[in-house]
Amino acid sequence: MKNIWTIAKREYDNYFASPLAYVIAAGLLFLLGGIFLIILQGSIQQAIFGGGTPVDIGFINQWFYYLLLWTVPALTMRLISDENRTGTLELLLTAPVRDFELVIGKWLGSFLYILSVIGVSFIFAIVANYLAEPGIDQVKMMSSYLGLILIAGALLALGTGISALFNNQIAAFFVTLALFIVLWLLIGIPASFFPSNPAIGDVFRYLQIGNHYESTFNAGVLYLSDVIYFLSLIAIGLFTGVTAVDSRRWR
Amino acid sequence: MIRVTDLTKDYGPRRALHSLSFEARQGEIIGFLGPNGAGKTTTMRILTGYMPPTSGEAIVAGYNVMEESIEVRKRVGYLPETVPLYNEMVVQDFLKFMAELRHIPNPEESVADALNMVGMTERAKGYIGNLSKGMRQRIGLAQALIHRPEVLILDEPSIGLDPGQVVELRKIIREIGRERTVLLSTHILSEAQQICDRVIIINKGKIVVEDTPENLQARLVGGERVVLRVRGDAAELSAKIEQVKGVQRLKSNPDGSLEFEYLPGHDVRPEVAKIITNGGYEMLEMKTLSLSLEDIFLELTKEQVVTPKKKRRL
Ligand SMILES: Nc1ncnc2c1ncn2[C@@H]1O[C@H](COP(=O)(O)OP(=O)(O)OP(=O)(O)O)[C@@H](O)[C@H]1O
Ligand SMILES: [Mg+2]
Repeated sequence: MKNIWTIAKREYDNYFASPLAYVIAAGLLFLLGGIFLIILQGSIQQAIFGGGTPVDIGFINQWFYYLLLWTVPALTMRLISDENRTGTLELLLTAPVRDFELVIGKWLGSFLYILSVIGVSFIFAIVANYLAEPGIDQVKMMSSYLGLILIAGALLALGTGISALFNNQIAAFFVTLALFIVLWLLIGIPASFFPSNPAIGDVFRYLQIGNHYESTFNAGVLYLSDVIYFLSLIAIGLFTGVTAVDSRRWR
Repeated sequence: MIRVTDLTKDYGPRRALHSLSFEARQGEIIGFLGPNGAGKTTTMRILTGYMPPTSGEAIVAGYNVMEESIEVRKRVGYLPETVPLYNEMVVQDFLKFMAELRHIPNPEESVADALNMVGMTERAKGYIGNLSKGMRQRIGLAQALIHRPEVLILDEPSIGLDPGQVVELRKIIREIGRERTVLLSTHILSEAQQICDRVIIINKGKIVVEDTPENLQARLVGGERVVLRVRGDAAELSAKIEQVKGVQRLKSNPDGSLEFEYLPGHDVRPEVAKIITNGGYEMLEMKTLSLSLEDIFLELTKEQVVTPKKKRRL
Protein backbone atom coordinates (compact mmCIF):
# COMPACT_ATOMS: atom_id res chain seq x y z
CA MET A 1 0.00 0.00 0.00
CA LYS A 2 2.91 2.31 0.74
CA ASN A 3 4.04 1.77 -2.83
CA ILE A 4 0.77 3.19 -4.14
CA TRP A 5 1.42 6.36 -2.21
CA THR A 6 5.08 6.55 -3.31
CA ILE A 7 4.09 6.25 -6.96
CA ALA A 8 1.15 8.64 -6.61
CA LYS A 9 3.34 11.26 -4.97
CA ARG A 10 5.94 11.07 -7.74
CA GLU A 11 3.22 11.35 -10.37
CA TYR A 12 1.62 14.31 -8.61
CA ASP A 13 4.95 16.16 -8.39
CA ASN A 14 5.62 15.24 -11.98
CA TYR A 15 2.52 17.16 -13.12
CA PHE A 16 3.99 20.31 -11.65
CA ALA A 17 7.23 19.67 -13.54
CA SER A 18 5.45 19.74 -16.90
CA PRO A 19 4.05 22.83 -18.60
CA LEU A 20 1.14 20.86 -20.05
CA ALA A 21 -0.42 20.31 -16.64
CA TYR A 22 -0.06 23.99 -15.76
CA VAL A 23 -1.63 24.99 -19.05
CA ILE A 24 -4.55 22.63 -18.46
CA ALA A 25 -5.10 23.81 -14.88
CA ALA A 26 -4.82 27.47 -15.87
CA GLY A 27 -7.09 26.96 -18.88
CA LEU A 28 -9.75 25.15 -16.86
CA LEU A 29 -9.80 27.72 -14.10
CA PHE A 30 -9.73 30.63 -16.55
CA LEU A 31 -12.71 29.33 -18.54
CA LEU A 32 -14.68 28.44 -15.44
CA GLY A 33 -13.83 31.81 -13.93
CA GLY A 34 -15.18 33.52 -17.06
CA ILE A 35 -18.43 31.56 -16.90
CA PHE A 36 -18.68 32.32 -13.21
CA LEU A 37 -18.30 36.05 -13.80
CA ILE A 38 -20.97 36.04 -16.52
CA ILE A 39 -23.58 34.31 -14.38
CA LEU A 40 -22.53 36.36 -11.37
CA GLN A 41 -23.21 39.48 -13.38
CA GLY A 42 -26.65 38.08 -14.29
CA SER A 43 -27.46 37.43 -10.65
CA ILE A 44 -26.33 40.89 -9.61
CA GLN A 45 -28.49 42.54 -12.28
CA GLN A 46 -31.48 40.51 -11.15
CA ALA A 47 -30.77 41.56 -7.57
CA ILE A 48 -30.66 45.23 -8.57
CA PHE A 49 -34.19 44.92 -9.94
CA GLY A 50 -35.18 43.13 -6.77
CA GLY A 51 -35.39 39.40 -6.09
CA GLY A 52 -33.35 37.11 -8.37
CA THR A 53 -31.57 33.86 -7.58
CA PRO A 54 -28.08 33.27 -6.22
CA VAL A 55 -25.42 31.83 -8.52
CA ASP A 56 -25.96 28.13 -9.17
CA ILE A 57 -22.66 26.31 -8.62
CA GLY A 58 -24.17 23.34 -10.42
CA PHE A 59 -24.04 25.36 -13.61
CA ILE A 60 -20.29 25.92 -13.23
CA ASN A 61 -19.67 22.28 -12.38
CA GLN A 62 -21.69 21.23 -15.41
CA TRP A 63 -19.15 23.10 -17.49
CA PHE A 64 -16.34 21.66 -15.44
CA TYR A 65 -17.61 18.20 -16.34
CA TYR A 66 -17.69 19.04 -20.07
CA LEU A 67 -14.16 20.42 -19.87
CA LEU A 68 -12.93 17.30 -18.06
CA LEU A 69 -14.03 15.20 -21.02
CA TRP A 70 -11.55 17.09 -23.20
CA THR A 71 -8.69 17.60 -20.76
CA VAL A 72 -8.47 14.29 -18.91
CA PRO A 73 -7.14 12.46 -22.01
CA ALA A 74 -4.21 14.90 -22.04
CA LEU A 75 -3.58 14.34 -18.34
CA THR A 76 -3.58 10.55 -18.53
CA MET A 77 -2.10 9.91 -21.99
CA ARG A 78 1.51 9.60 -20.86
CA LEU A 79 0.95 8.04 -17.43
CA ILE A 80 1.97 4.52 -18.38
CA SER A 81 2.57 4.75 -22.14
CA ASP A 82 5.60 6.96 -21.59
CA GLU A 83 7.10 4.55 -19.05
CA ASN A 84 6.79 1.96 -21.78
CA ARG A 85 8.40 4.15 -24.38
CA THR A 86 11.35 5.31 -22.28
CA GLY A 87 11.87 1.93 -20.65
CA THR A 88 11.45 3.18 -17.08
CA LEU A 89 8.71 0.59 -16.72
CA GLU A 90 11.57 -1.91 -16.46
CA LEU A 91 12.70 -0.14 -13.28
CA LEU A 92 9.23 -0.26 -11.75
CA LEU A 93 8.48 -3.82 -12.78
CA THR A 94 11.75 -5.09 -11.32
CA ALA A 95 11.25 -3.17 -8.07
CA PRO A 96 9.14 -4.87 -5.41
CA VAL A 97 5.96 -3.23 -6.66
CA ARG A 98 2.87 -5.17 -7.63
CA ASP A 99 1.25 -4.34 -10.94
CA PHE A 100 -1.95 -3.14 -9.26
CA GLU A 101 0.03 -0.86 -6.94
CA LEU A 102 1.70 0.69 -9.95
CA VAL A 103 -1.56 1.29 -11.82
CA ILE A 104 -3.51 2.53 -8.79
CA GLY A 105 -0.58 4.77 -7.82
CA LYS A 106 -0.53 6.31 -11.29
CA TRP A 107 -4.27 6.88 -11.21
CA LEU A 108 -4.17 8.29 -7.68
CA GLY A 109 -1.44 10.76 -8.67
CA SER A 110 -3.58 12.13 -11.50
CA PHE A 111 -6.66 12.10 -9.26
CA LEU A 112 -4.88 14.16 -6.62
CA TYR A 113 -3.88 16.59 -9.32
CA ILE A 114 -7.48 17.06 -10.48
CA LEU A 115 -8.62 17.29 -6.87
CA SER A 116 -6.22 20.21 -6.46
CA VAL A 117 -7.77 21.96 -9.44
CA ILE A 118 -11.28 21.22 -8.15
CA GLY A 119 -10.11 22.56 -4.78
CA VAL A 120 -9.08 25.84 -6.36
CA SER A 121 -12.40 26.05 -8.21
CA PHE A 122 -14.10 25.87 -4.82
CA ILE A 123 -13.33 29.59 -4.59
CA PHE A 124 -16.33 30.12 -6.89
CA ALA A 125 -18.61 28.43 -4.37
CA ILE A 126 -17.19 30.46 -1.50
CA VAL A 127 -17.59 33.73 -3.39
CA ALA A 128 -21.14 32.82 -4.47
CA ASN A 129 -22.03 31.91 -0.91
CA TYR A 130 -20.59 35.17 0.39
CA LEU A 131 -22.49 37.32 -2.07
CA ALA A 132 -25.89 35.66 -1.61
CA GLU A 133 -28.13 36.22 1.38
CA PRO A 134 -28.68 33.86 3.22
CA GLY A 135 -26.04 31.91 1.26
CA ILE A 136 -26.34 29.24 -1.44
CA ASP A 137 -27.91 25.81 -1.06
CA GLN A 138 -25.01 24.00 0.57
CA VAL A 139 -26.36 20.46 0.31
CA LYS A 140 -26.86 20.90 -3.40
CA MET A 141 -23.39 22.40 -3.72
CA MET A 142 -21.72 19.52 -1.87
CA SER A 143 -23.60 16.94 -3.92
CA SER A 144 -22.57 18.69 -7.11
CA TYR A 145 -18.91 18.59 -6.10
CA LEU A 146 -19.14 14.99 -4.96
CA GLY A 147 -20.50 14.00 -8.37
CA LEU A 148 -17.81 16.00 -10.11
CA ILE A 149 -15.10 14.24 -8.08
CA LEU A 150 -16.58 10.85 -8.98
CA ILE A 151 -16.67 11.79 -12.67
CA ALA A 152 -13.05 12.91 -12.53
CA GLY A 153 -12.03 9.68 -10.79
CA ALA A 154 -13.86 7.58 -13.38
CA LEU A 155 -12.49 9.43 -16.41
CA LEU A 156 -8.94 9.35 -15.02
CA ALA A 157 -9.17 5.62 -14.33
CA LEU A 158 -10.33 4.94 -17.90
CA GLY A 159 -7.52 7.15 -19.22
CA THR A 160 -4.95 5.39 -17.06
CA GLY A 161 -6.11 2.00 -18.30
CA ILE A 162 -5.92 3.08 -21.94
CA SER A 163 -2.49 4.61 -21.39
CA ALA A 164 -1.23 1.20 -20.30
CA LEU A 165 -2.30 -0.26 -23.65
CA PHE A 166 0.01 1.96 -25.71
CA ASN A 167 3.65 2.91 -26.11
CA ASN A 168 2.65 6.14 -27.75
CA GLN A 169 0.97 8.90 -25.81
CA ILE A 170 -0.73 10.46 -28.83
CA ALA A 171 -2.45 7.16 -29.56
CA ALA A 172 -3.50 6.92 -25.92
CA PHE A 173 -4.86 10.48 -26.08
CA PHE A 174 -7.09 9.90 -29.10
CA VAL A 175 -8.41 6.54 -27.97
CA THR A 176 -9.25 7.99 -24.56
CA LEU A 177 -10.94 11.01 -26.09
CA ALA A 178 -12.92 8.79 -28.47
CA LEU A 179 -14.13 6.66 -25.57
CA PHE A 180 -15.20 9.76 -23.64
CA ILE A 181 -17.15 11.12 -26.60
CA VAL A 182 -18.91 7.78 -26.88
CA LEU A 183 -19.77 7.71 -23.18
CA TRP A 184 -20.81 11.34 -23.19
CA LEU A 185 -22.87 11.54 -26.35
CA LEU A 186 -22.89 8.66 -28.81
CA ILE A 187 -23.97 5.88 -26.47
CA GLY A 188 -27.24 7.73 -25.89
CA ILE A 189 -28.21 7.62 -29.57
CA PRO A 190 -29.12 3.91 -29.87
CA ALA A 191 -31.64 4.41 -27.05
CA SER A 192 -33.95 6.17 -29.48
CA PHE A 193 -33.83 3.19 -31.88
CA PHE A 194 -35.84 1.08 -29.49
CA PRO A 195 -38.96 3.09 -28.77
CA SER A 196 -41.02 -0.10 -28.41
CA ASN A 197 -38.58 -1.73 -26.05
CA PRO A 198 -37.75 0.74 -23.30
CA ALA A 199 -35.61 -1.82 -21.43
CA ILE A 200 -32.93 -1.82 -24.15
CA GLY A 201 -33.02 1.94 -24.33
CA ASP A 202 -32.54 2.06 -20.57
CA VAL A 203 -29.35 0.05 -20.85
CA PHE A 204 -27.85 2.58 -23.26
CA ARG A 205 -29.11 5.48 -21.20
CA TYR A 206 -27.55 3.93 -18.11
CA LEU A 207 -24.17 3.87 -19.83
CA GLN A 208 -24.24 7.57 -20.62
CA ILE A 209 -22.19 9.62 -18.16
CA GLY A 210 -24.40 12.71 -18.11
CA ASN A 211 -27.45 10.74 -16.96
CA HIS A 212 -25.63 10.06 -13.72
CA TYR A 213 -24.76 13.64 -13.02
CA GLU A 214 -26.74 16.36 -14.72
CA SER A 215 -30.14 15.84 -13.13
CA THR A 216 -29.05 13.82 -10.09
CA PHE A 217 -25.83 14.74 -8.30
CA ASN A 218 -25.84 18.19 -9.80
CA ALA A 219 -29.43 18.79 -8.71
CA GLY A 220 -28.72 17.68 -5.16
CA VAL A 221 -30.24 14.21 -5.57
CA LEU A 222 -28.12 11.20 -4.68
CA TYR A 223 -28.85 7.75 -6.07
CA LEU A 224 -26.84 4.69 -5.15
CA SER A 225 -27.00 3.52 -8.78
CA ASP A 226 -25.09 6.65 -9.85
CA VAL A 227 -22.38 6.04 -7.30
CA ILE A 228 -22.14 2.42 -8.44
CA TYR A 229 -21.89 3.57 -12.05
CA PHE A 230 -18.85 5.73 -11.37
CA LEU A 231 -17.19 3.20 -9.07
CA SER A 232 -17.67 0.58 -11.82
CA LEU A 233 -15.96 2.81 -14.37
CA ILE A 234 -13.05 3.29 -11.95
CA ALA A 235 -12.81 -0.47 -11.46
CA ILE A 236 -12.97 -1.15 -15.21
CA GLY A 237 -10.28 1.44 -15.96
CA LEU A 238 -7.90 0.20 -13.29
CA PHE A 239 -8.51 -3.43 -14.18
CA THR A 240 -7.69 -2.69 -17.82
CA GLY A 241 -4.48 -1.01 -16.69
CA VAL A 242 -3.38 -3.87 -14.47
CA THR A 243 -4.18 -6.44 -17.14
CA ALA A 244 -2.28 -4.48 -19.77
CA VAL A 245 0.80 -4.07 -17.58
CA ASP A 246 0.71 -7.72 -16.61
CA SER A 247 0.32 -8.90 -20.20
CA ARG A 248 3.41 -6.93 -21.20
CA ARG A 249 5.51 -9.28 -19.15
CA TRP A 250 4.16 -12.24 -21.09
CA ARG A 251 4.98 -10.95 -24.52
CA MET B 1 22.65 -16.97 -4.92
CA ILE B 2 21.30 -17.69 -8.37
CA ARG B 3 20.29 -21.10 -9.66
CA VAL B 4 18.95 -21.47 -13.15
CA THR B 5 17.64 -24.78 -14.45
CA ASP B 6 16.60 -25.44 -18.04
CA LEU B 7 15.57 -21.86 -18.62
CA THR B 8 13.89 -21.41 -21.99
CA LYS B 9 12.42 -18.25 -23.44
CA ASP B 10 10.50 -17.84 -26.68
CA TYR B 11 9.68 -14.48 -28.21
CA GLY B 12 6.84 -15.51 -30.42
CA PRO B 13 8.26 -18.11 -32.77
CA ARG B 14 11.86 -17.19 -32.02
CA ARG B 15 13.62 -19.06 -29.25
CA ALA B 16 15.98 -16.72 -27.42
CA LEU B 17 17.10 -19.10 -24.66
CA HIS B 18 17.57 -22.83 -25.11
CA SER B 19 17.37 -24.63 -21.80
CA LEU B 20 19.98 -22.59 -19.97
CA SER B 21 21.36 -23.94 -16.67
CA PHE B 22 23.96 -22.37 -14.41
CA GLU B 23 24.59 -21.44 -10.84
CA ALA B 24 26.14 -18.52 -9.00
CA ARG B 25 27.00 -18.89 -5.36
CA GLN B 26 27.10 -16.24 -2.73
CA GLY B 27 30.32 -14.25 -2.87
CA GLU B 28 30.80 -14.99 -6.52
CA ILE B 29 31.11 -12.61 -9.45
CA ILE B 30 29.89 -14.15 -12.66
CA GLY B 31 30.63 -12.67 -16.04
CA PHE B 32 28.16 -13.19 -18.83
CA LEU B 33 29.80 -13.03 -22.22
CA GLY B 34 28.36 -13.48 -25.64
CA PRO B 35 27.86 -11.80 -28.98
CA ASN B 36 24.92 -9.50 -29.71
CA GLY B 37 21.63 -11.31 -29.45
CA ALA B 38 23.10 -14.18 -27.45
CA GLY B 39 20.40 -13.87 -24.79
CA LYS B 40 22.23 -12.09 -21.97
CA THR B 41 19.64 -9.37 -21.46
CA THR B 42 16.83 -11.87 -21.81
CA THR B 43 18.29 -14.03 -19.04
CA MET B 44 18.77 -11.04 -16.78
CA ARG B 45 15.24 -9.83 -17.37
CA ILE B 46 13.92 -13.20 -16.29
CA LEU B 47 16.12 -13.27 -13.21
CA THR B 48 14.94 -9.81 -12.13
CA GLY B 49 11.26 -10.68 -12.48
CA TYR B 50 10.69 -8.37 -15.44
CA MET B 51 9.30 -11.18 -17.53
CA PRO B 52 8.61 -14.85 -17.02
CA PRO B 53 10.46 -17.65 -18.80
CA THR B 54 8.60 -19.87 -21.23
CA SER B 55 9.74 -22.86 -19.22
CA GLY B 56 12.38 -23.79 -16.71
CA GLU B 57 13.11 -22.57 -13.25
CA ALA B 58 15.16 -19.77 -11.75
CA ILE B 59 15.89 -19.36 -8.04
CA VAL B 60 17.34 -16.01 -7.03
CA ALA B 61 18.30 -15.20 -3.43
CA GLY B 62 16.44 -18.32 -2.34
CA TYR B 63 13.13 -17.52 -4.05
CA ASN B 64 11.52 -18.68 -7.25
CA VAL B 65 11.30 -15.83 -9.76
CA MET B 66 7.93 -17.04 -10.99
CA GLU B 67 6.16 -17.85 -7.75
CA GLU B 68 7.74 -15.40 -5.34
CA SER B 69 8.62 -12.62 -7.70
CA ILE B 70 8.21 -9.84 -5.11
CA GLU B 71 10.55 -11.55 -2.66
CA VAL B 72 13.13 -11.90 -5.42
CA ARG B 73 12.75 -8.28 -6.48
CA LYS B 74 13.23 -7.08 -2.89
CA ARG B 75 16.64 -8.73 -2.84
CA VAL B 76 17.92 -7.92 -6.30
CA GLY B 77 19.54 -4.75 -7.57
CA TYR B 78 19.31 -4.36 -11.34
CA LEU B 79 20.92 -2.06 -13.85
CA PRO B 80 19.03 -2.51 -17.14
CA GLU B 81 21.00 -2.33 -20.34
CA THR B 82 19.25 0.81 -21.60
CA VAL B 83 19.67 2.62 -18.24
CA PRO B 84 16.11 3.92 -18.13
CA LEU B 85 15.80 7.01 -15.91
CA TYR B 86 13.23 9.77 -15.45
CA ASN B 87 14.82 12.67 -17.29
CA GLU B 88 12.51 15.28 -15.79
CA MET B 89 13.47 14.34 -12.22
CA VAL B 90 16.18 15.71 -9.98
CA VAL B 91 18.87 13.09 -9.29
CA GLN B 92 18.35 12.87 -5.55
CA ASP B 93 14.56 12.86 -5.83
CA PHE B 94 14.77 9.96 -8.25
CA LEU B 95 17.02 7.96 -5.95
CA LYS B 96 14.79 8.75 -3.00
CA PHE B 97 11.82 7.50 -5.02
CA MET B 98 13.59 4.22 -5.76
CA ALA B 99 14.66 3.94 -2.10
CA GLU B 100 11.07 4.46 -0.95
CA LEU B 101 9.81 1.78 -3.33
CA ARG B 102 12.23 -0.54 -1.59
CA HIS B 103 11.05 0.53 1.86
CA ILE B 104 14.48 1.57 3.06
CA PRO B 105 14.19 2.94 6.60
CA ASN B 106 16.47 5.95 5.99
CA PRO B 107 15.99 6.95 2.37
CA GLU B 108 17.91 10.24 2.59
CA GLU B 109 20.93 8.57 4.09
CA SER B 110 20.92 5.74 1.56
CA VAL B 111 20.65 8.24 -1.27
CA ALA B 112 23.68 10.13 0.01
CA ASP B 113 25.63 6.89 0.41
CA ALA B 114 24.74 5.61 -3.04
CA LEU B 115 25.63 8.95 -4.64
CA ASN B 116 28.92 8.94 -2.82
CA MET B 117 29.67 5.41 -3.93
CA VAL B 118 29.31 6.30 -7.61
CA GLY B 119 30.98 9.70 -7.19
CA MET B 120 27.93 11.74 -8.15
CA THR B 121 27.33 13.73 -4.95
CA GLU B 122 28.07 16.95 -6.80
CA ARG B 123 25.18 16.45 -9.22
CA ALA B 124 22.61 15.42 -6.61
CA LYS B 125 20.50 18.51 -7.18
CA GLY B 126 20.72 18.54 -10.97
CA TYR B 127 18.20 17.17 -13.43
CA ILE B 128 18.80 13.68 -14.77
CA GLY B 129 18.07 14.94 -18.29
CA ASN B 130 21.18 17.12 -18.14
CA LEU B 131 23.59 14.32 -17.27
CA SER B 132 26.12 12.85 -19.66
CA LYS B 133 25.86 9.21 -20.74
CA GLY B 134 28.47 7.99 -18.28
CA MET B 135 26.85 9.95 -15.46
CA ARG B 136 23.48 8.39 -16.27
CA GLN B 137 25.16 5.02 -16.09
CA ARG B 138 26.43 5.88 -12.63
CA ILE B 139 22.99 6.98 -11.45
CA GLY B 140 21.60 3.72 -12.81
CA LEU B 141 24.22 1.91 -10.79
CA ALA B 142 23.44 3.97 -7.66
CA GLN B 143 19.79 2.99 -8.05
CA ALA B 144 20.77 -0.68 -8.25
CA LEU B 145 22.96 -0.46 -5.16
CA ILE B 146 20.76 1.70 -2.98
CA HIS B 147 19.23 -1.12 -0.95
CA ARG B 148 22.48 -3.11 -0.67
CA PRO B 149 20.98 -6.06 -2.51
CA GLU B 150 21.87 -9.68 -1.95
CA VAL B 151 22.11 -10.21 -5.69
CA LEU B 152 23.33 -7.58 -8.09
CA ILE B 153 22.53 -7.93 -11.77
CA LEU B 154 24.26 -5.49 -14.10
CA ASP B 155 23.64 -5.46 -17.84
CA GLU B 156 26.76 -4.02 -19.47
CA PRO B 157 27.63 -1.77 -16.54
CA SER B 158 30.86 -0.30 -17.87
CA ILE B 159 29.49 0.98 -21.20
CA GLY B 160 30.12 4.69 -21.53
CA LEU B 161 32.23 5.09 -18.42
CA ASP B 162 35.58 6.86 -18.55
CA PRO B 163 38.65 4.81 -17.59
CA GLY B 164 38.77 6.26 -14.08
CA GLN B 165 35.15 5.34 -13.51
CA VAL B 166 35.66 1.86 -14.93
CA VAL B 167 38.32 1.31 -12.27
CA GLU B 168 35.92 2.64 -9.62
CA LEU B 169 33.14 0.42 -10.91
CA ARG B 170 35.33 -2.65 -10.71
CA LYS B 171 36.27 -1.72 -7.17
CA ILE B 172 32.60 -1.41 -6.21
CA ILE B 173 31.71 -4.70 -7.90
CA ARG B 174 34.58 -6.54 -6.22
CA GLU B 175 33.62 -5.07 -2.87
CA ILE B 176 30.01 -6.16 -3.25
CA GLY B 177 31.00 -9.47 -4.75
CA ARG B 178 32.84 -10.42 -1.60
CA GLU B 179 29.69 -11.31 0.31
CA ARG B 180 26.98 -11.09 -2.31
CA THR B 181 26.32 -12.47 -5.73
CA VAL B 182 27.04 -10.41 -8.81
CA LEU B 183 26.02 -11.29 -12.35
CA LEU B 184 27.27 -8.89 -14.98
CA SER B 185 27.28 -8.97 -18.73
CA THR B 186 29.98 -7.42 -20.81
CA HIS B 187 31.56 -7.41 -24.21
CA ILE B 188 34.90 -6.42 -22.76
CA LEU B 189 36.76 -9.64 -22.28
CA SER B 190 39.62 -8.21 -20.30
CA GLU B 191 37.07 -6.90 -17.86
CA ALA B 192 35.56 -10.32 -17.35
CA GLN B 193 39.05 -11.71 -16.98
CA GLN B 194 39.95 -9.15 -14.35
CA ILE B 195 36.96 -9.10 -12.06
CA CYS B 196 34.97 -12.28 -12.54
CA ASP B 197 35.41 -15.45 -10.57
CA ARG B 198 33.70 -17.34 -13.31
CA VAL B 199 32.85 -16.62 -16.92
CA ILE B 200 29.85 -17.98 -18.75
CA ILE B 201 30.01 -17.64 -22.51
CA ILE B 202 26.68 -17.94 -24.23
CA ASN B 203 25.84 -17.91 -27.88
CA LYS B 204 22.43 -18.07 -29.52
CA GLY B 205 20.75 -18.81 -26.23
CA LYS B 206 23.00 -21.71 -25.27
CA ILE B 207 25.88 -21.90 -22.82
CA VAL B 208 29.02 -22.57 -24.81
CA VAL B 209 31.43 -22.80 -21.94
CA GLU B 210 31.56 -22.00 -18.26
CA ASP B 211 34.77 -21.81 -16.22
CA THR B 212 37.18 -19.56 -14.38
CA PRO B 213 39.02 -17.16 -16.66
CA GLU B 214 42.32 -18.92 -15.86
CA ASN B 215 40.99 -22.38 -16.62
CA LEU B 216 39.33 -21.19 -19.76
CA GLN B 217 42.58 -19.89 -21.01
CA ALA B 218 44.52 -22.98 -20.01
CA ARG B 219 41.93 -25.38 -21.31
CA LEU B 220 41.34 -23.80 -24.62
CA VAL B 221 44.71 -22.59 -25.62
CA GLY B 222 45.70 -24.97 -28.32
CA GLY B 223 49.31 -23.86 -28.22
CA GLU B 224 51.53 -20.89 -28.62
CA ARG B 225 51.33 -18.43 -31.41
CA VAL B 226 54.42 -17.00 -33.04
CA VAL B 227 54.65 -13.79 -35.00
CA LEU B 228 57.66 -13.51 -37.23
CA ARG B 229 58.96 -10.59 -39.19
CA VAL B 230 61.87 -10.89 -41.65
CA ARG B 231 63.44 -8.90 -44.41
CA GLY B 232 63.42 -10.87 -47.65
CA ASP B 233 61.02 -12.94 -49.68
CA ALA B 234 58.32 -13.76 -47.21
CA ALA B 235 56.41 -16.01 -49.59
CA GLU B 236 59.41 -18.20 -50.18
CA LEU B 237 60.14 -18.39 -46.47
CA SER B 238 56.55 -19.19 -45.75
CA ALA B 239 56.76 -22.19 -48.05
CA LYS B 240 59.85 -23.43 -46.22
CA ILE B 241 58.39 -22.98 -42.76
CA GLU B 242 55.32 -24.86 -43.78
CA GLN B 243 57.49 -27.95 -44.23
CA VAL B 244 58.51 -27.90 -40.57
CA LYS B 245 56.73 -30.55 -38.56
CA GLY B 246 54.50 -29.12 -35.86
CA VAL B 247 53.74 -25.81 -37.52
CA GLN B 248 50.03 -25.09 -37.70
CA ARG B 249 47.82 -22.42 -39.15
CA LEU B 250 50.55 -20.60 -40.94
CA LYS B 251 49.44 -17.37 -42.52
CA SER B 252 51.00 -14.17 -43.78
CA ASN B 253 49.64 -10.94 -42.40
CA PRO B 254 49.01 -7.91 -44.56
CA ASP B 255 51.88 -6.07 -42.82
CA GLY B 256 54.32 -8.66 -44.21
CA SER B 257 54.78 -10.64 -41.02
CA LEU B 258 54.15 -14.36 -40.77
CA GLU B 259 52.12 -15.99 -38.07
CA PHE B 260 51.80 -19.59 -37.00
CA GLU B 261 50.95 -21.75 -34.02
CA TYR B 262 52.58 -24.82 -32.57
CA LEU B 263 51.44 -27.33 -30.00
CA PRO B 264 52.90 -27.20 -26.52
CA GLY B 265 55.84 -29.61 -26.21
CA HIS B 266 56.69 -29.30 -29.89
CA ASP B 267 58.71 -26.14 -29.86
CA VAL B 268 59.47 -25.45 -33.49
CA ARG B 269 61.19 -22.12 -32.91
CA PRO B 270 64.84 -23.35 -33.08
CA GLU B 271 64.20 -25.07 -36.37
CA VAL B 272 62.41 -22.06 -37.82
CA ALA B 273 65.29 -19.86 -36.70
CA LYS B 274 67.72 -22.17 -38.47
CA ILE B 275 65.76 -21.93 -41.72
CA ILE B 276 65.82 -18.17 -41.46
CA THR B 277 69.56 -17.88 -40.91
CA ASN B 278 70.45 -20.59 -43.45
CA GLY B 279 68.21 -19.00 -46.04
CA GLY B 280 69.98 -15.67 -45.61
CA TYR B 281 66.96 -13.79 -44.33
CA GLU B 282 67.40 -11.02 -41.83
CA MET B 283 65.20 -11.61 -38.79
CA LEU B 284 63.59 -8.46 -37.49
CA GLU B 285 61.28 -9.89 -34.90
CA MET B 286 60.08 -13.19 -33.48
CA LYS B 287 57.62 -13.08 -30.63
CA THR B 288 55.39 -15.60 -28.93
CA LEU B 289 51.83 -14.80 -27.89
CA SER B 290 49.42 -16.77 -25.76
CA LEU B 291 45.90 -16.93 -27.07
CA SER B 292 43.80 -14.34 -25.27
CA LEU B 293 40.30 -14.77 -23.96
CA GLU B 294 39.38 -12.75 -27.00
CA ASP B 295 40.62 -15.46 -29.33
CA ILE B 296 38.85 -18.09 -27.31
CA PHE B 297 35.66 -16.10 -27.47
CA LEU B 298 35.88 -15.64 -31.21
CA GLU B 299 36.70 -19.30 -31.66
CA LEU B 300 33.74 -20.44 -29.57
CA THR B 301 31.16 -18.13 -30.97
CA LYS B 302 32.26 -18.34 -34.55
CA GLU B 303 29.38 -18.54 -36.96
CA GLN B 304 29.09 -22.01 -38.34
CA VAL B 305 29.74 -21.65 -42.01
CA VAL B 306 26.87 -23.27 -43.77
CA THR B 307 27.40 -24.01 -47.40
CA PRO B 308 24.18 -23.19 -49.12
CA LYS B 309 22.56 -25.98 -51.01
CA LYS B 310 22.64 -25.59 -54.72
CA LYS B 311 19.43 -24.24 -56.03
CA ARG B 312 17.75 -26.53 -58.42
CA ARG B 313 15.97 -25.14 -61.40
CA LEU B 314 12.65 -26.65 -62.15
N1 LIG C 1 11.24 -7.93 -26.58
C1 LIG C 1 11.68 -8.78 -27.53
N2 LIG C 1 10.85 -9.23 -28.48
C2 LIG C 1 11.27 -10.09 -29.42
N3 LIG C 1 12.52 -10.58 -29.50
C3 LIG C 1 13.41 -10.17 -28.58
C4 LIG C 1 13.04 -9.24 -27.55
N4 LIG C 1 14.12 -9.03 -26.78
C5 LIG C 1 15.11 -9.76 -27.31
N5 LIG C 1 14.69 -10.45 -28.39
C6 LIG C 1 15.51 -11.40 -29.19
O1 LIG C 1 16.10 -12.33 -28.32
C7 LIG C 1 17.44 -12.59 -28.68
C8 LIG C 1 18.36 -12.32 -27.50
O2 LIG C 1 18.35 -10.96 -27.22
P1 LIG C 1 19.09 -10.31 -25.96
O3 LIG C 1 18.67 -8.90 -25.89
O4 LIG C 1 18.85 -11.15 -24.78
O5 LIG C 1 20.61 -10.41 -26.41
P2 LIG C 1 21.92 -9.88 -25.68
O6 LIG C 1 22.78 -11.06 -25.42
O7 LIG C 1 21.57 -9.04 -24.52
O8 LIG C 1 22.59 -9.01 -26.82
P3 LIG C 1 23.42 -7.64 -26.75
O9 LIG C 1 24.84 -8.01 -26.53
O10 LIG C 1 23.22 -7.05 -28.09
O11 LIG C 1 22.84 -6.80 -25.66
C9 LIG C 1 17.72 -11.73 -29.90
O12 LIG C 1 17.58 -12.54 -31.04
C10 LIG C 1 16.65 -10.69 -29.86
O13 LIG C 1 16.29 -10.29 -31.16
MG1 LIG D 1 21.83 -7.17 -24.02
